[in-house]
Amino acid sequence: MTTVQTILRWRGPDGGVRGWFGRQPRLVRWTLLAAIAAGAYALPYVGEVPVIGPQIVTEGVDWRTALFNISYFVLLALGLNVVVGFAGLLDLGYVGFFAVGAYTVALLASPNSDFKTNWPWLATVPVAIVITMISGVLLGWPTLRLRGDYLAIVTLGFAEIIRIFAENTTLLRGDRGFSGIPHPPGKHADGTPIFGVRDAGPYYWLGVSLIIVIVLAIRNLDRSRVGRSWLAIREDEDAAAIMGVRTFKYKLWAFAIGACVGGLGGVMFAGQNGFMNSASFQIQFSVLILAGVVMGGSGNIAGAILGGALISYIPDRLRGVEIAGQDAFQYRFLMFGIAIILIMIFRPQGLIPSRRRAMELKDRAKEVAPQ
Amino acid sequence: MHFDDLAHNWGPLTASGLAQGAIYALFALGYTLVYGVLRLINFAHSEVFMVGSYAALITWGFFGLDENSATPPTTEVIGYVVLGVLVAAAISGITALVVELVAYRPLRRHNAPPLAFLITAIGASLVISEAVGVATHRNQRGVPPLIQPADAFTIGNTHVTNLEILIILLTLVMMVGLDRFINRTRLGRGIRAVAQSPDTAALMGVNKDRVISLVFLIGGLMAGIAAVMYLFKIGTTRYDAGFSLGIAAFTAAVLGGIGNLRGAVVGGIIIGLFENYGSALFGSNYRNVVTFVVLIVILMFRPSGILGEALGRARA
Repeated sequence: MTTVQTILRWRGPDGGVRGWFGRQPRLVRWTLLAAIAAGAYALPYVGEVPVIGPQIVTEGVDWRTALFNISYFVLLALGLNVVVGFAGLLDLGYVGFFAVGAYTVALLASPNSDFKTNWPWLATVPVAIVITMISGVLLGWPTLRLRGDYLAIVTLGFAEIIRIFAENTTLLRGDRGFSGIPHPPGKHADGTPIFGVRDAGPYYWLGVSLIIVIVLAIRNLDRSRVGRSWLAIREDEDAAAIMGVRTFKYKLWAFAIGACVGGLGGVMFAGQNGFMNSASFQIQFSVLILAGVVMGGSGNIAGAILGGALISYIPDRLRGVEIAGQDAFQYRFLMFGIAIILIMIFRPQGLIPSRRRAMELKDRAKEVAPQ
Repeated sequence: MHFDDLAHNWGPLTASGLAQGAIYALFALGYTLVYGVLRLINFAHSEVFMVGSYAALITWGFFGLDENSATPPTTEVIGYVVLGVLVAAAISGITALVVELVAYRPLRRHNAPPLAFLITAIGASLVISEAVGVATHRNQRGVPPLIQPADAFTIGNTHVTNLEILIILLTLVMMVGLDRFINRTRLGRGIRAVAQSPDTAALMGVNKDRVISLVFLIGGLMAGIAAVMYLFKIGTTRYDAGFSLGIAAFTAAVLGGIGNLRGAVVGGIIIGLFENYGSALFGSNYRNVVTFVVLIVILMFRPSGILGEALGRARA
């Protein structure tokens, strides 16, 4: 088989692009990954590329802002992927952790806050991470004994409770929200701040850097004892427990890590916007992120990145586009819904399926009588 | 905390909570039936409900009735209400069937993993609510004053309105009818068989796809009826009205034990009551907090709901 044919065969256990990639020496693999990362850093300039560039760039939204949106959606998708994709725990309230992260920053750093601490953005980051992790453990402790859909509704309830408190307590300021949240630190040589109000580019680059760090961490975790425990729990919790996997402990870990990444997304969001209120944390948002994870390929890091990017990019791209004389903006979620259904019908395992999961599913299909 | 309020208004709160709970119960039946058979949260069910509410409003619109028209004479009102319920139930039922055909059946053919169903359900829900949102310019639409709320009878300070009686009675009739249908008829036996074990049922000659369609249809019919009751009680509808109500109804289904029909009724009524008590105690903004806290506490002690999961049997 020629190389071209090999590359064209996208699927198959050892064939296809991913099989070819896996067989390369380590140096080639890392070089390719570094090239992809460099490509991600260069995305703000994609509009300069002739012919293809203008097709990609969003018209109704500032392209760099759209890219920043993509970066925190990807971050959230990566975090939720740990909970849903790796450990197999259905979490419908992921936005709750995003909110906890964002509100921690706002409370500590905004001049509107009752605490009057006025911390710089950077100082709030570790606090926010710790607090979201604690919130993950607090939610997980009583509820992780529940299975499947019971867990789903309880997590959904958790996010709703946080939103309701954000809307109605004076401490969290409801829809008046917090303004004047400080941006990340750093100044150019001429004294203007790097992280300003106009240009979202630096925030995007910060986001990409964070994503790279998180991807490396999660990937290593997935290949460690923790990751194998998650796999076992996802496939059969009872069997895993019998084989000596401490299921509760590892489920709690998945929750805490997922929460911490979600909180980081919230920290980024608050740091870029400078303003936030309770309207940013609707339940629909968790549902959207979940759709991204599953659409991309649940349990696969590349899939989560692609899915997270798509759920942010598709609606942004449709903004300001005219189709048959009508603004596509108001139809964006309609088209998005259709896109989700089509993707799931034609690629039920997601766009980039997790290979390990695919094997498990194939295994399971053998056990089931033909329909 | 307003304990005085709660103690003083306990009667009226209970009456209105029962009516609200009855609506949740009807709505929750759709979730629980589909879950019992397919092990699937039908996320699009809230939109089935919303479509039903618009169907009734548009039907009444044909007769020139809108929120500003006068209340017609009683004989006509009965006709309008019956017609509205029938049309809403029919349209909701058809919507549920279409969702099953378009969003779920192709996935079953592909032997997709369970999460994939949840995502197409979310997609279907987005499509329906956004389509209605675009068509109605995201405005809310009011209900013609078909039924003027009036006190039917009074016990102490509790005024029970004719509307509340209507809602509770209609729900009871539907519940008993459905319970009989599932437990006594041939089709109902098919549903229970598929819920117990889809493959065995198929081997025994049950047409699985037909049973699944039937389940979606029944759930849709109930949601349509619930939608009309909701219209009378709340007075308006909107393209996103289904969502928050759907969450409450789904909570009710889980609380009672998802997959369990009687559980859905029990759960619905508990949620309806606690929402009302909760809003009296902590203010109406916090009523969902009360709902979810009740849910979490109950699930901690009974992890598969109050009555347990059983359309056929408890899950292994």
